[in-house]
Amino acid sequence: MIAYIGRRLLQLIPVFFGATLLIYFLVFAMPGDPIKALFGDKPVPESTLEAIRAQYNLDKPFIVQYLLWIKGIFVGDFGLTYSGRPVADELARAFPITARLAVIALVFEGVVGIAIGLYAGLRKGKLFDSVALFISLLFISVPIFVIGFLVQYFAGVQWGWIKTTVSGQATWSELLVPGMVLAATSLANIVRLTRGSVAENMGADFVRTAKAKGLRRGRVVRVHILRNSLIPVVTYLGADLGSLMVGAVITEGIFNIKGVGGTVFQAVQRGEGPTVVSFVAVMVIVFMLANLLVDLLYAVLDPRIRYAK
Amino acid sequence: MPSNHKIQRYVAPVEETPVAAVDAVKFDGKASSVWGDAWKDMRSRWLTWACLALIALIAVVALFPQLFTSQLPTGAACDIANFRQAPGNGHVLGTDAQGCDVYSRLIYGTRASVTVGLVATILATLVGCVIGAIAGFYGGWLDAVVSRLGDIFFAIPTVLGAIVVMQVMPWERNALTLAIVLAVFGWPQIARIMRGAVLSAKNADYVTASIALGVSRAKILVKHVVPNSLAPVIVIATVSLGVFIVSEASLSFLGLGLPLSTASWGADISAGRATLRTDPALIFWPSLALALTVLAFMTLGDIVRDALDPKARARR
Amino acid sequence: MSEGFTITPDPSREGETPLLQVRDLQITFKTVGGEVNAVRGVSFDLYQGENLAIVGESGSGKSTTATAILDLLAENGRVSGGSALFNGKDLTKLSRKEMEHIRGREIGYVPQDPMSNLNPVWNVGFQVKETIEANTSLRGKAAKDRVIEVLKEAGLPDPASRLRQYPNQFSGGMRQRVLIGIGMSARPKLLVADEPTSALDVTVQRRILDHLGTLTREHGTSVLFITHDLGLAAERAEKLVVMYKGQVVEYGDSKEILADPQHPYTKRLVAAAPSLASRRIQSAVEGKSTPGTVGDAIAVARSEAAQSEVATEAPLISVDNVTKIYNISQGGFRKTQFKAADNVSFQIAKGKTMAIVGESGSGKSTIAKLFLKLEDITSGTMTFDGRDVGSWPKRELLEFRRRVQPVFQDPYGTLDPMRSIGASIAEPLQTHGIGDKASNRKTVAELLEQVSLPADMANRYPNELSGGQRQRVAIARALALKPEVLVLDEAVSALDVLVQAQVLQLLADLQAELDLTYLFITHDLGVVRMVADDVTVMRQGQVVEAASTDEVFENPKEQYTIDLLVAIPGGKFEFGKSA
Repeated sequence: MIAYIGRRLLQLIPVFFGATLLIYFLVFAMPGDPIKALFGDKPVPESTLEAIRAQYNLDKPFIVQYLLWIKGIFVGDFGLTYSGRPVADELARAFPITARLAVIALVFEGVVGIAIGLYAGLRKGKLFDSVALFISLLFISVPIFVIGFLVQYFAGVQWGWIKTTVSGQATWSELLVPGMVLAATSLANIVRLTRGSVAENMGADFVRTAKAKGLRRGRVVRVHILRNSLIPVVTYLGADLGSLMVGAVITEGIFNIKGVGGTVFQAVQRGEGPTVVSFVAVMVIVFMLANLLVDLLYAVLDPRIRYAK
Repeated sequence: MPSNHKIQRYVAPVEETPVAAVDAVKFDGKASSVWGDAWKDMRSRWLTWACLALIALIAVVALFPQLFTSQLPTGAACDIANFRQAPGNGHVLGTDAQGCDVYSRLIYGTRASVTVGLVATILATLVGCVIGAIAGFYGGWLDAVVSRLGDIFFAIPTVLGAIVVMQVMPWERNALTLAIVLAVFGWPQIARIMRGAVLSAKNADYVTASIALGVSRAKILVKHVVPNSLAPVIVIATVSLGVFIVSEASLSFLGLGLPLSTASWGADISAGRATLRTDPALIFWPSLALALTVLAFMTLGDIVRDALDPKARARR
Repeated sequence: MSEGFTITPDPSREGETPLLQVRDLQITFKTVGGEVNAVRGVSFDLYQGENLAIVGESGSGKSTTATAILDLLAENGRVSGGSALFNGKDLTKLSRKEMEHIRGREIGYVPQDPMSNLNPVWNVGFQVKETIEANTSLRGKAAKDRVIEVLKEAGLPDPASRLRQYPNQFSGGMRQRVLIGIGMSARPKLLVADEPTSALDVTVQRRILDHLGTLTREHGTSVLFITHDLGLAAERAEKLVVMYKGQVVEYGDSKEILADPQHPYTKRLVAAAPSLASRRIQSAVEGKSTPGTVGDAIAVARSEAAQSEVATEAPLISVDNVTKIYNISQGGFRKTQFKAADNVSFQIAKGKTMAIVGESGSGKSTIAKLFLKLEDITSGTMTFDGRDVGSWPKRELLEFRRRVQPVFQDPYGTLDPMRSIGASIAEPLQTHGIGDKASNRKTVAELLEQVSLPADMANRYPNELSGGQRQRVAIARALALKPEVLVLDEAVSALDVLVQAQVLQLLADLQAELDLTYLFITHDLGVVRMVADDVTVMRQGQVVEAASTDEVFENPKEQYTIDLLVAIPGGKFEFGKSA
């Protein structure tokens, strides 16, 4: 297991530098004046431009620029936002909010998604299964911002169950509904994945053997069917974190949550490029680290991974 | 029965258990290839036809929007004095905050969505297939380099990457540039799937048999390995089409997609936010169009997956 | 539909009630094409302490019968008639709860494929322990001790230290022992063993079956064997049920049935079983031929070939001190070397068949790959027709490819599923630039005819063909270039015995007709006896013994060869001859 963790960490290093370099390259190696481009059509005072040029060491060769930038990230210096505040400070404020939102979404999609998927898989072809499949397909097809507006309109405006925007505190209870909206697409995917994998495992030889051993049905389902079906779900979760991050930008934007995603959303709306780039870079780094965690979880669930060469 | 048997002996009457020829050749119906079988399976489901009909309709609307509406969605056709009209009076679905005809923006928005989705899918699939096939088939350092490169792109979630690039991109934002940006971050997924499929296909006995026949490596790749690896890619490409359409809408919604001068569902949904409380229909119509389009492609992807996987077919 | 025959109590078991009484069992599966009656009227009696084997080919319904007894049919299957009385209770009518109580506790089960029947995500100790906890009152330490005891009984070496290991760290033989341990862990009255060893090497198979025999005898357990192997059935069971297409064609004393089969199907099966008919080839070669059996026909075909051969000719193929070393990556930069073939030498004369026989890991397939130039030789030389294979010039490689062709084991992998049969057979012609479209179409038809397949099969796709038909198409493809040598790598191993005999017959005919030389790689000594002139026995990369087939069978010199011969199930029986 330790060897496996070490190997995964080693593999992460080139990906980490590669991905950050790629982002940096895409921003600063574009033709034209990258600083001007950061602001799009927005008129920016020359003094701001100068400050940013200095911040990104744009007078130095490209690779030196990048290395200085990455060095900053390692010591917690993520640069400045458009308004001149350190990104790190903004992050310290926004991150806990987004973390709460993400926890709600992950718990919701994990628990509800797996439960529905398991139930549908065990009743493959029955009414519940067909309905679950259809509804999940619907949720996959309807973009998250549409779901967000529907919820905002009906639950907020029409029925008055929730406030349409979230306060600055962003408490757990305020984030509950936005978290569920954020989870919607992933939840639907998890339902389908769990359902398929449960249905497949039901026909597996080792499940038949487990029944032949005299195990009760409940135990066969829990220990042999569900446990094995979780493996693909965990694999999916890794890739899914990416769409959750994008979803966070949109959801936090819609519900006016002042988290990491909401900050990016605002910055995009206002054309504040430097803020967007800094925050997205941080999100990509978090995505990579989270994927490392998912890989470890995967290895815990599936011993074949641990012992593979 | 003679009782010198310790155990009863029974021989079935031959007329009740006729013995057939060993391994007799027996065909019924027409010859069926793998693709033929898959199509036969798809053909028998009404859902296939529903999806294809919807997709055909979407395609026609995207190609010939003028057949469906005489009004133009942008520019001079919009009269700001005419803003937010209720349906009727020449505007089937009313007008939006700019005074543009909602229905015609809906019709013309189809083209933007479908173009971005289609071009991004084609680009990502082409690049992903070629790179994945070469990495999987030739292996060694080539595979190592290409796979790491894919990991790097894979580490950046597609829309997040697109947000950054669209933010700073010096070129004009249009359907083509948007599709290219999405494909840049989208190809690794298809490359991974292709590589996996190629890896399993290249070890098949029929490949070894072809090597033993003296068939060249490149020819084996093209004639045997690639055709046998395409099934999962076709499925993922169909689904990707839907995903890319959603991505385009998400970016347009953020204001980083197509400019407002182009009719686009995502941008209209974004614009409709302001009047959510008073006029939810402005958000409803483009949302419905978007959802139906994505639903059609996602469902088709599902059907194709079932049809190409005999195991899934048996399970149904 | 057959009525199901009447079972009378065994005279030797006067007054006893059978442990398991199956009566007119009918099993139906719902499929896309409608209902299929997979089992039609199976009846038999199994007494306490008795062993019974159900024998049949794939699709005969033998495994379905076994799974129905355990109420473990696939979702689309159901018992549509008849009964299975176990200790007076009809197993086909019990509720799920009642059945859960009987499974494991009273009826144990040993499944077929050791690779897929253990859950890969739980360690071995856990999987045995949960069985014990489900079926006995043992818990905690006592249960753990029982786990160790059970695994030791099943013959797993050093079980205490292996409890925390996972199935993928075990060899197939070890996994099968774990499964036997699980099946026997609650001391059931009946053990259902569905092809318990068919995935294993013969020597491992023999050890495991011996062990199982001792274990069940000690506990007085009855065993219901499901097997495709007549020899195994005769050796391990007193009673036999022969099934064909869902019906019982013969039932009774196993030795009696094998010595004197009555039903035409049983007769055919007995005649084709390799370990048995092989004995008779010998007599046929000496001229005491009695026409009619497959073995004889092969012998005749071969003796004709033998007559056309010039005795003093130089060998067509010569393998001298060939060694093949693989570098195996251990992760990171560490590498270990693995000697797949170690100083191997043998020769094959033109028109002869050399069998290379060995168990898994013996290096027999490596030799095939090396000779096919699919891998490079590490040291030593292989010559073909007097020329060195290793240094065969690249630009003349096509010539080598034309003269030496392979046929592989897996009928389902050997043909490209995307291409039609005709396209597959024509591929060698196109590759070598032979003929045009029209003439190739004709050649394909001729080749199909040569392997006894209809010419209109050219338009079909592999998914419509049976395993045997696919192998024949593979042979046709190999013959397209009129090669001199065929390398047959386990080419008949995956086939049912009758189909196997048919393909062997075809190979023998082709050899006689086309003066082919065969390099025949196999794990099955019975098959060797039917086809080979000479045998090279390999083990762990090395040649153990090499001699003519007769000599190896009648007068084996090495202990390992003797072990292999002894391990052939039912080797000591005279099949098809009245005792």
